[in-house]
Amino acid sequence: MEFVRKWVQALFFLITNGYWNFPVTRGIYQGPLKVICSPGLNCYSCPAATSYCPLGALQQLMGGIRLALENGQIYVGFYVIGAMGAIGSFVGRMICGWACPFGLFQELLHKIPSPKYGIWRPLRFIKYGLLLFMVILLPLFAVDAFGFGQTWFCKYICPAGTLEAGLPLIIMQPALRESLGLLFLNKLIILLFFMAWAVMASRPFCRTACPLGAFYALFSKIKMVKLRLDAQKCTNCEACHPVCPMGVHFNESPDDMECITCLACSKACKVGAISLEIGGVPLGNQVSYRPKKAQLEP
Amino acid sequence: MKKKRQSEKVKIRKAPFVAIFIFLVLGAVGITLGEPSRVLEQATQICLACIGIG
Repeated sequence: MEFVRKWVQALFFLITNGYWNFPVTRGIYQGPLKVICSPGLNCYSCPAATSYCPLGALQQLMGGIRLALENGQIYVGFYVIGAMGAIGSFVGRMICGWACPFGLFQELLHKIPSPKYGIWRPLRFIKYGLLLFMVILLPLFAVDAFGFGQTWFCKYICPAGTLEAGLPLIIMQPALRESLGLLFLNKLIILLFFMAWAVMASRPFCRTACPLGAFYALFSKIKMVKLRLDAQKCTNCEACHPVCPMGVHFNESPDDMECITCLACSKACKVGAISLEIGGVPLGNQVSYRPKKAQLEP
Repeated sequence: MKKKRQSEKVKIRKAPFVAIFIFLVLGAVGITLGEPSRVLEQATQICLACIGIG
């Protein structure tokens, strides 16, 4: 299943970054596909991006609400929130595990041999604060003299934007190098910090700072596709603990907001207590569990 | 009897269907208000300030 997941991640990376003419045009894709929401964190200023980043679009819409309303346009983000909510209600944070290019990038970094560490669990709350303040409230209320808000998260934090858009554009357009300043240095340090952290810990950005993951996490209890625990089969052996890339103890909290449905726990469970379900309908166990003869005998 | 037991075990959760429907309606409202054109307009331009340049 891990093999399949890696292929799905690669496929989503290619689909959401499918504009390979950018070395010729030295710009970004400007076609109609950019009206489609990218499920994962994928900067739309990335030269290869073929869809819009929900976080970037949401901040832009939040920042422009006042101006839009003054001009008689009711652009309040229904389209973007509708797309994000529909994805969240359907698969939730499964997107993080299966379709996010920046998640894939962190997973690849984590394969670099080094001492591996866990992440202090309370740090996960930071991303909810970032979602509330830097994606919604600050773009909405901290406006300039013209009534326009900034894209606070993209501008000051987003390491995916630095990696996918900032660095490639600087390489392709030398004139932009003259505009670089402390702001870009700050973003570069944040990117390098998360890259170094990803080598030593599993998915640090997803777990501590991703507002999109925080948004999808809100649907953990009601999402259609989720993992279920068969409490009668579970022996609390804790085999699911060390394999989880998000630090979830699945046998203790099956609806954990950090679960990215990567199915690692399902594979590790020796008694077949963890399975996938769609809307309440179980799809069967992910491992081909067959009890040994000794277990069947009374 | 066996069939009845199976149907008792599989309980369809309605919450995800309701949530998906609500968000799809919300998205449709956004489409009728013309938000996709605004999103497209933003997404097809390089926002240098947004990526920390300039």
